[in-house]
Amino acid sequence: MSYGRLVWVNLMRNKPRTLLTVASVFVALFLFCALWGVLDTLNSAIQIGSETRMATRNAISLVFPLPLAYRDRIAAVPGVRSVSWSNWFGGRDPNDPHGFFAQFAIDGASYLPIYARDFAITEASPAPPGTPVPAGMDPRLASFMMERTAAVVGDALMKKKGWKVGQTIHLDGTIYPGSWPFTIRAVYHPINPAMNADAMFFHWEYLNQNGMHDAGLVGVYVLELSDPSRAGQVARAVDAMFENSSAATKTETERAFQAGFVSMYGNIPFVLEVIGFAVVFSILLVAGNTMMSAFRERIAEIGVMKTLGFGDGTVFGLVLGEAAVITLLGGVPGALLARALVTGLNLGVLPPMTVAPTTVMAGVGIAVGLGLLSGIVPAWQAARLRIVSALRRA
Amino acid sequence: MGAVQVRDVRKIYQRGTEQITVLDGLSLDIADGEFAALMGPSGSGKTTLLNLIGGIDTPSSGRVVVAGTDISSLPGAALARWRARHIGFIFQLYNLIPVLTALQNVELPLLLVKGMSSRERRKRAETALQIVGLGDRLDHFPRQLSGGQEQRVAIARAVVSDPAVLLADEPTGDLDRRSGEEILTLLERLNREFKKTVVMVTHDPHAAERASRTLHLEKGTLLEAAEARP
Repeated sequence: MSYGRLVWVNLMRNKPRTLLTVASVFVALFLFCALWGVLDTLNSAIQIGSETRMATRNAISLVFPLPLAYRDRIAAVPGVRSVSWSNWFGGRDPNDPHGFFAQFAIDGASYLPIYARDFAITEASPAPPGTPVPAGMDPRLASFMMERTAAVVGDALMKKKGWKVGQTIHLDGTIYPGSWPFTIRAVYHPINPAMNADAMFFHWEYLNQNGMHDAGLVGVYVLELSDPSRAGQVARAVDAMFENSSAATKTETERAFQAGFVSMYGNIPFVLEVIGFAVVFSILLVAGNTMMSAFRERIAEIGVMKTLGFGDGTVFGLVLGEAAVITLLGGVPGALLARALVTGLNLGVLPPMTVAPTTVMAGVGIAVGLGLLSGIVPAWQAARLRIVSALRRA
Repeated sequence: MGAVQVRDVRKIYQRGTEQITVLDGLSLDIADGEFAALMGPSGSGKTTLLNLIGGIDTPSSGRVVVAGTDISSLPGAALARWRARHIGFIFQLYNLIPVLTALQNVELPLLLVKGMSSRERRKRAETALQIVGLGDRLDHFPRQLSGGQEQRVAIARAVVSDPAVLLADEPTGDLDRRSGEEILTLLERLNREFKKTVVMVTHDPHAAERASRTLHLEKGTLLEAAEARP
């Protein structure tokens, strides 16, 4: 017999009620951590962006393109080492129309060397020996570079779709109509954990010729800087060049660009926070009701314990301990399961979902807080209970 | 000094605007090792007096000295510690914790003894249950015991921490005659063999005969004391 045992047998005297309350706290903390995981993911999306790279887009909106003619003028700005570009494709797999994933048309020769340190090629179709690749590019991308319809696909997407290297797949264009064949020539794995392993890259020229009728339109320019400390100067210089043109630009660090992209989600983070706290608050009421019921049923027993010599502080601690055990039994597994199940899920253009350890710790902290808050009133009442009044309930 | 000294104690309850005097200037001495029975009609103040002696209620005025301590002025936490050391309570309805076994119920007061190992607690609780004749019912829950057995578990719980004074509030009131006799015999034995001072509230004159002294209360005052039995 110990205090711990005493707490446990009291919890188990009404097993259905205790188990349902534990389950409620479990679900609440799972939801809270999963929702917070979305916020963690949005935050990590901001971290993708490098401070050594910049992005130049249309000043009005990301959805409006820029002319390819800007490329050489941007490349000539002092402090810019290299320039590349990409376009959002927006294709849909006809075999899995709801299985969204990101596709980017890129200028492989300039784009892939800039991101060479962010992902590694894990598998590729063989190319004829001696096939040249641009400087800074993985030689295994030779087969990708020499084929107009070739694509590089993230390993998570390959696994999810069951695709194989060398396979030709078809996507239905939603922005650029038609059925688009792509041949998978290489698979990448993100080295930077914030990068998305569910994306596909293919040649911009293919999109330009077949989808834009050689219009030469670019979604976003990517600028690699020779000196990150000059980012501000570069941004001002680039934007000044096109200030009075038909397509004015907005240049910012890639990190700021990602933050701006995330901000397109508007108030969703706020809504998620509100929902998370609302769930927690409702469970506080459930747990509080459970503890009050448990207390009311045991008033006479608490009176007996006090008669035996249990002090007000000890009784207070025992009742509070019961509440804390209930919320921890539900809350800790809920938070851990959220991390285990949600981490790695794909949200499309964002990096893979992550439930940060700090979120799990916050979940455990909330479980402790729920225990304290739900137990404080009955614990206080139990401590203040007059023995003579309590024994009359026997 | 006696085990219990009650001096000019008044206990007044406030019910709405009405004041109800339950004990009215009562004084009483119970000697060490005495077995006293408190009798009187309902509402005469027997249980209130027992509660004051046990330190689970406080007098409106007057002094209560038990086992050498003036408990009328002890603050709550000190009073709880004092109760744990000096008083054993036996209730009419046993008041066992239903989710604990007989052994766990008896161990309960020993949780308050600092420094006692769980093995020692168990050993003492087993001994107490053997004394009351329930050494073979250690793992039974209260619902698995008869009324008489439950009351014996309650007595084991009352004596396990070796208090000087046992306070019994109608200990046979909910039992059949035979079980009641067993409980009274047990209380007698605790009084004689283990030198416990016993104060027992009862309505039953037959039960009171087992006491060495009977005190009669009526309307909050003591009518008579004495009638010591050899």
